[in-house]
Amino acid sequence: MIMPADNGQLNSEYINEGRRQFIVCGATISGSLVLGLPSIGLSDVGGDMDGQRQIGFFIEIAADGSVIIGSNQPEIGQGVRTALPMLVAEELDVEWSKVSVRQMPLGIVKTEDGYAWKYGSQGVGGSDGLTGNWDFMREVGATARQQLIRAAAARLNVPEASCSTKPGYVVCESLGEEISYGELVEEAARLDLPAESPPLKDMKNYRIVGKAQNAVDVVDIVTGRARYGVDTQEANMRYAVIARSPYLNGRVRSIDDAEARNVEGVLDVFQLDGPEPGEPYLILASGVAVVATSTWAAIKGREALKIEWDRGPNATDNTDEFWLQNENMLKSEGQVVVEDGEFEQALSSADKVVTRQYRVPFVSHQPLEPQNCYVHVQGDSCHVIAPTQSPSGSSRAAAAVTGLARENIRVDITRVGGGFGRRLSNDYVAEAAMISQKTGWPIKLQWTREDDVKNDFYRPAGLHEMSAGLDADGKVVAWTQRLASASKYFRRPNMPDENLWQAELYSDDFPRRMVENFRLEYFHNPIGLPRGSWRAPAHTANAFVIQSFLDEVAIETGQDPLQLRLDLLGEERELEYSNHGGPTFNPGRLARLIKFVADRIGYDVGRPDGRGVGFATHFTFGGYAAHAFEVTVSSQGDLTIERIVAAIDCGFAVNPQAVEAQLQGGTIDGISTALGLEITVKDGQVQQSNFHDYPLLRIAAVPSLFETHILPYDETPTGVGEIGIPSSAPALTNAIHAATGIRLRRLPIGDQLKMAMSA
Amino acid sequence: MISFEVNSKAASFEGDADTPLLWVLRDHLQLIGSKFGCGIGQCGACTVHVDGEAQRSCITPIAAIEGRSITTIEGLANADGELHPVQQAWVEIDVPQCGYCQAGQIMATADLLNKYPKPTDQIIDEKMTNICRCGTYVRIRKAIHRAAELVEAGE
Repeated sequence: MIMPADNGQLNSEYINEGRRQFIVCGATISGSLVLGLPSIGLSDVGGDMDGQRQIGFFIEIAADGSVIIGSNQPEIGQGVRTALPMLVAEELDVEWSKVSVRQMPLGIVKTEDGYAWKYGSQGVGGSDGLTGNWDFMREVGATARQQLIRAAAARLNVPEASCSTKPGYVVCESLGEEISYGELVEEAARLDLPAESPPLKDMKNYRIVGKAQNAVDVVDIVTGRARYGVDTQEANMRYAVIARSPYLNGRVRSIDDAEARNVEGVLDVFQLDGPEPGEPYLILASGVAVVATSTWAAIKGREALKIEWDRGPNATDNTDEFWLQNENMLKSEGQVVVEDGEFEQALSSADKVVTRQYRVPFVSHQPLEPQNCYVHVQGDSCHVIAPTQSPSGSSRAAAAVTGLARENIRVDITRVGGGFGRRLSNDYVAEAAMISQKTGWPIKLQWTREDDVKNDFYRPAGLHEMSAGLDADGKVVAWTQRLASASKYFRRPNMPDENLWQAELYSDDFPRRMVENFRLEYFHNPIGLPRGSWRAPAHTANAFVIQSFLDEVAIETGQDPLQLRLDLLGEERELEYSNHGGPTFNPGRLARLIKFVADRIGYDVGRPDGRGVGFATHFTFGGYAAHAFEVTVSSQGDLTIERIVAAIDCGFAVNPQAVEAQLQGGTIDGISTALGLEITVKDGQVQQSNFHDYPLLRIAAVPSLFETHILPYDETPTGVGEIGIPSSAPALTNAIHAATGIRLRRLPIGDQLKMAMSA
Repeated sequence: MISFEVNSKAASFEGDADTPLLWVLRDHLQLIGSKFGCGIGQCGACTVHVDGEAQRSCITPIAAIEGRSITTIEGLANADGELHPVQQAWVEIDVPQCGYCQAGQIMATADLLNKYPKPTDQIIDEKMTNICRCGTYVRIRKAIHRAAELVEAGE
C-alpha cells in the first residue's frame, strides 16, 4: 500500500488507532487545566501518568482564561497549525482570539516492544492531517468543555444538564450564574474523566470552524519573528557546510584542504562517506565537511577546498540516454500490473485506436528554505532541531548515525520554509549528526541553494504511452497506460523489484472501473539520480498524461472534450479505491467540478485564433479538483495565461481561507513546473544549480484574473495540500492546444511553442 | 572595521570585508528575519533597505555598507510597534503560506510603493521579482494594492 508520507520508512511507525483511547486530565503546577494525551501503551509499561500531564496533545487553560493548544504536526505552509487548533477551540467553546498555539516536539517513548508516540503520528505528507485528526481533535475539545461543565455543576450544586457554555464561560441559566473557564480549571482538573465521549457540536452551530481564519503565525511572519530551522541559534554553535560529490554515487579520492584551513574562521575539515551505490540513502552523497565560526567562513572554506573525486559507477549516466532507453523499453513487453476485462481483444477489435506518448521530466523540490539542521551530540544523548516533515525520521536518522538510543534523542521541530515532500527525507539531519559526533560541537549545518538543486530526492521522470480503443459510437472500450520510468521506490529498504511500479501508477486511478477493458504496464529504468516524493507524487505526472490524452482522443474522434470526460466519469457513485486517499472514489464529484470550471470560463464560446481554453480534473488523496485556463499565444510563440478558474471539492472546508491558499498555491506550482522546470544529468552530474537555470515562477506569469471556488460536498473534510496541483498543468497545455493546435506532449513547455511557431 | 546603522542603531563588523550583508545580519547581529534563499540575488528572500532602497543582501558585500543605513524586516514597523502598512496589508490578506520569502516580499513592496504609490498590475509584474515557492502571488498582488490604499489613507 502507498501510504501518505510515502517515504517507505515512515509507515511502520505510524500508529493511528489507539491514541483515541486515552485522554488524561490534570493540573499544572501553576493551576492550569491540562488535557493531555498519554503515550499509547504507556499503561502497558507502567508509565507515570502524572509526568505526562504537561505534555501531550493538549489544551492548557490558564486562570486568566487564555488557552494554549498544542500542535503536534510540523507547519510547512499547509496551515495545519491553524486548522487543528480550530477544531479543538470550536468544541471547547472559547474565543479564537484567546488561543495561542505551541509547537510540540517529537513525542517518542520507549516501550517493551519498540517505540510509542505520545502525540500520535507527526509526519506531514499525503494531505491527511485533517482527515486523520478531524474526529479526534474535536473530541479533545469537547472533553475539556465537558470537564468544565461538570466542575461548574458541582460547584453550583446543580445537575450537569442545567449547565451550558458560551465562549470562555460555563452558564447556568436557571440560577442566572456564569463562571469563567479560568475560575474552574482547578476543580475541573481534579475530576475523573467519564468513560463515554461527550457529544460533538452540531456543525450548523460552528463559530470558528468553517469560517475564514488567518494563519495563527501571520503576525510573526510579517515581522520577521517566526523561527525556521535556519534561524536556530544555540550556545557555542559552530557552522558547517559540505562539499558533496558532483557525481552521482561518486566518492572522495583525495582532499587538499591546506587553503581551506587557512580561511579565517575555519575550524575543521574532514571527509564524510556516503552510502554504497544501490544501498538505501542515509545521506545522499559522499563529501567533505567544513566547520567554521560563521556560515560565510564555512562557505569560503569550502570554496578553497581542492577535492579529487572518484567518479563512481554512474559517471556516464545522462538523461538524454535515459529517454532513449525509455523509448526502447516501450517497444517491448513490460510488467502488467493491472488488467481488467479482455484488454487485448477489446483493443484489437476496437473501431478506432488512438495512441500517444507523453514525457514528464525529473524535477526538484526547492523549498525556499534550503536544507539545514542543528544537532548536538553529547555523550549518550543528542539534541536535534530540524525543519522536517518527518520528526520520527529525524530521530531515526540521528540514531542511525550516532548509535544512540532513540529515546535519548530529543527532536524539536521548527516552522518549515516549505516541504513539497523534500523534508520527508532526513538526510540533512544525518549529515549534521555525523559532523556533531565527529567534532563534539553543537553544529548548524547549512545547505546552499546549489547544494539543494544538485542533491535532492527528485521527482521521477517517465515516458508514458497511452492507447484507447473506441467503438463505432465513440465510446472508450479499452484503455492502457504503459510507463517506462525511474521509480521513486528505487533504493528503498525491503522493496522488491516487482513493487517498484506502485509508486508511479496508482492502480485505482481514473479511468479504472470506468473503462471495461483496462491495463497498466510498467518498465523500470534505473538511473543514478536519487528519487523521492514530490507534492502529490505520481498524480502530477498521471493527471497530465491522462487529461492530455483524453483531449486528444476526443479531438481525434470528433467528440467534445468535456462530454467525453462526463461520459466516462458518469453519475455520482462510490467506487473502490485501494490507494492512498481511499477507501472510495466518487467520479461524479469530478464531473461536477469539471462542468463547473468549463462553464465558468465559457469553454463553448468562440474565440479567435491564438486564444483558447482548456480544462482538466483529477482526484488526489481523497480530494477533488478541476482547472480551466484561458491562454493567448502570439505568432512568435509567446504564451500568456489570461485567466484561471480553479475549483476544489474537499468535502467540508475547515478553514476556507487556507483551502483557497492551497488551491492557488497548488495551481501555481503546477504552472511553474510545467513551464520551465527540469533536472537533467550529463556525465553523471546534475546540470542545474540555482534559480537562474531552475527558474521557479515569478509573479508576472500569474494572471490577475484568477478565480478559486470551493464547492462544498458533505460534512467530512479531506486534505488540501496536494489536491490543487495535478490538474493545473494539463488544463494549461489543453488550452494551448485550443489556441494554437499545438499539442505539447513533453514537459516542461520551455521553448517548444516558440520552436513550433517558427517552424 | 566597517561601521553602519541597522534599524536606527549603530552597528559594526570586523572580519572578511567580502562577507555578504545577509550573513552579517543573521550570524553576527542575530537579525534572522532576512532569509537566505539562493545566495546569488535571484530570489529576494534576503531583501533589506539600504538607505531606503531595496537591495538583495546576499550579494551585497559588507564593505559596501560602510556609513550606510540598513532597515530590515525587524525595523519596518514604527518605534511604537505599529505595523507598516505593507505588513498590515499582508496580515489582512493573510498572504503567507510557509512564510519564508515574505520578509523579502514585504521589503520589496515597501520600496515599490515608495516609488509607485499606486502600482498597476503591470508595474507589479515588472518590478516584483521575488520568488515565492508556495505560490502566494495571487494574495501578494492583492496585498500590494491594499497596502497602497493604506499608505494613501494614512497620509
